Amino acid sequence: MYPARFEYVAPSTLEEALETLGRYGDDAKVLAGGQSLIPLMKLRFAAPRVVVDINRLPGLDTLAEENGGLRIGALVRHKACERSELLGGRWGTLGDAAPLISDPIIRNLGTVCGSLAHADPQGDWGSALLAMDAEVVAHGPDGSRTIPLRELFQGPFVTSLEPTEIITEVRVPDPGPVAGGTYLKLERKVGDFATVGVAVHLVLGEGGKVGRAGIALTAVGPTNLRATAAEEALVGSELSHDVIREVARLAAEAAQPHGDSRGSADYKRSVVRVFTERGLRAAAAAISAAPGRPADGEPVTTEAALDATDRQGYFSGEETIAGVMDEVRDKEDGGAR
Amino acid sequence: MKVTVVVNGQERSAEVEPRLLLVHLLRERLRLTGTHIGCDTTSCGACTVLLDGTPVKSCTMFAVQAEGREVTTVEGLAAGGQLHALQEGFKEEHGLQCGFCTPGMLLASKALLEENPDPSEQEIRWALSGNLCRCTGYQNIVKAVQWSARKLQSDRAANQAG
Repeated sequence: MYPARFEYVAPSTLEEALETLGRYGDDAKVLAGGQSLIPLMKLRFAAPRVVVDINRLPGLDTLAEENGGLRIGALVRHKACERSELLGGRWGTLGDAAPLISDPIIRNLGTVCGSLAHADPQGDWGSALLAMDAEVVAHGPDGSRTIPLRELFQGPFVTSLEPTEIITEVRVPDPGPVAGGTYLKLERKVGDFATVGVAVHLVLGEGGKVGRAGIALTAVGPTNLRATAAEEALVGSELSHDVIREVARLAAEAAQPHGDSRGSADYKRSVVRVFTERGLRAAAAAISAAPGRPADGEPVTTEAALDATDRQGYFSGEETIAGVMDEVRDKEDGGAR
Repeated sequence: MKVTVVVNGQERSAEVEPRLLLVHLLRERLRLTGTHIGCDTTSCGACTVLLDGTPVKSCTMFAVQAEGREVTTVEGLAAGGQLHALQEGFKEEHGLQCGFCTPGMLLASKALLEENPDPSEQEIRWALSGNLCRCTGYQNIVKAVQWSARKLQSDRAANQAG
């Protein structure tokens, strides 16, 4: 498939990029990883006159803590997040989401900020970062501004960004030391969009009570959604069995799913409930381990990532028919194979 | 516009439209048809090539984005009339049936083994999870990669001993 014709610009400074966007406005599109934009252009859902490739802009590949918060630059690829030792512990929601984004090859090019600008309600980063109260920094002709994600996402593939603005980074505020969370995703296969995803992020306050809670939902609404009532029910509570069940029920109520080939609306709502429960338990476990949390400083290996996302079984050959056959044969010939 | 890419170690230039996809530059302009177009929708990984050593889907990248960079295709694997250990492994372990996904599988596997010379079965499946085999021959693909990993390790050991 061939995209419609366009003019390609690869500026070497942000000023040049902004100048081009200023000139063409709605007729221009920003290209970072291109893993959503190029498929859209090939299908001719998008036919920009000008493509502004920002891959040559300097200084946009920062993935680092700063003043207790986190900065993810516009050219940070999903793979960098998947491999980052930083994204464990209190940033665990992000570390758990990263290896679940699309497939490993797409993660080599696709970017976090590009995913946010694309504003697909089935996007995973939107929920993970929404749950953590993140905001994007947008540069435009008149300088820069920050936009909280809850204001960025206006509708399916619609943001409050001006056509002349570029997201240069996403910032996550300091959650304090006693924080943690996770991201759970149901997908039919690797690379498919989420059937349902749930991001959970908790900050514990005094007496082990929840100080701040973020719960955000993927693929069950016109944008990534925050389960506000569920969050409010958590704040000030202890993470008891009853509280977790009630909060999960409220999260399911917040979902606005539509039935489609991935499942019925009722099914998706049930998954939101189950994932919220699981996510809260995982977050609680992660936080209780916070003082000496192993995710800090230890390299994130693929094995660890598989363990963390509970995918060992999913990828194990033993769970396929061929794997079982192999095992049977191994037994028959005494494991000589 | 003019684009210059180092393909399999050789500098190649072409006059292209910006909308030309990298896979079309490779197949139609440079006549390197080993890179296959499968789904053409960023799903199947048949078109996987290495860009500066990193696997990318060449149907989801414009040729002009590869300006000044190094691209490795399946044609760049064998050297001096010798198959690459991965190609040997796929032959030895019957890692291909129709062969359509094989170039992508080989290149994704090459990147894996360079980073992790002794991957577990799960790590191989994880690394290849962006590459689909329409014959569903995954068991033997995994075995082929394992075979190649062992071969590369024993080659390295022999080199060190020698």
